[in-house]
Amino acid sequence: MNPVRRNRLIAVVFLAVGAAVTVGLVLVALNENINLFYPPDQIVSGAAPVDTRIRAGGMVEDGSVRRIGEGLTVEFVLTDHAGSAFPVQYTGILPDLFREGQGILVLGQLGGDGTFVAQEVLAKHDENYMPPELAELKGAGAGR
Amino acid sequence: MTLKELWHRLGSPRWFYQISGRLRLVLGLTALVLLVTGTVWGIAFAPPDYQQGNSFRIIYVHVPSALVAQSAYLLMGAAGVVLLVWRMKLADMVLAATVPFGMSMTALALFTGAAWGKPTWGAWWVWDARTTSMLVLLFLYMALYALRQAIPRPETAGRACAVLAVVGVINIPIIKYSVDWWLTLHQPATFRLTAAPAMPPEMWLPLLVNALGVYCFFGANLVGRLRLEILERERGTAWVRERLAGGQL
Repeated sequence: MNPVRRNRLIAVVFLAVGAAVTVGLVLVALNENINLFYPPDQIVSGAAPVDTRIRAGGMVEDGSVRRIGEGLTVEFVLTDHAGSAFPVQYTGILPDLFREGQGILVLGQLGGDGTFVAQEVLAKHDENYMPPELAELKGAGAGR
Repeated sequence: MTLKELWHRLGSPRWFYQISGRLRLVLGLTALVLLVTGTVWGIAFAPPDYQQGNSFRIIYVHVPSALVAQSAYLLMGAAGVVLLVWRMKLADMVLAATVPFGMSMTALALFTGAAWGKPTWGAWWVWDARTTSMLVLLFLYMALYALRQAIPRPETAGRACAVLAVVGVINIPIIKYSVDWWLTLHQPATFRLTAAPAMPPEMWLPLLVNALGVYCFFGANLVGRLRLEILERERGTAWVRERLAGGQL
């Protein structure tokens, strides 16, 4: 390779590496802020701010969904299946994919008593897809 | 032909123009067959998902378009390096010719993602790491498009675009690994090179067909646009005039 091209190549490599390092450092510095939601262990341990609008996520614990009265209010527990869980209260229409065992994202405030009052509930879908017949065979198709 | 010879030949737009006519036809026809097969198969014959029902079928458009949008950007990054170091004319043309296709595919991936997100997640748009980095990709494509129009001197415009394309490549691993590095609402990758897909073959085969189809479509589109770029930029040269005079384009 002739010297002129080698110098240009070195300059391009510096440009690319410099940009990558800059972006990398920014992302590492912002790491916590890029996460879309707080997982259950951070809610339970108190790492999540209280009485501020935040997002929290987790799996709906089996058997924890209760309807309160005649209205649209429901209570359920979000867990990480690793020892941390917190109760959520929500008034409104739940997404189609909401069911026990499903990953869920809630937007709202964490109260001082550890109960999360949600204004919005989003369903998190995982990367697994299967036909209904297969789901029944596996016993995972509860709900629909 | 050795690799080195091919490298030197690529320096000649005329040679590329001569060989690419048939290549474009083959790629275009393959793309048509694959995309029609994959789409009909995916929409009419693949089984519905046990949770999402039929709305999961949007995956057959969403995943291929998102894949090719990122691959197209990687190609532009490589072309940018070649242009900056070797000053190859064809590299600049690749940089210019990829932008419209990549931009449309990114927009399509974002649109289909939103249309799927509404029934599945319960929201059209969520500012998580995956969706946001994909939006950044769309802005990068738009910036590359605008930058070329904004600089009147073609050579300067080409180099400016090459620098932006090379720097922007950093966004591609961020898109790819965003779902692993951070907590996002978007699910992890459906297709992985290292593991079997998390769905049965009758669901992922049409997806694979469509993915291959969209890559052929990209190839055909790129070659077609490159041929136009070559004619336009080389319009003053003897060989283009001869072809024009002979009526054989």
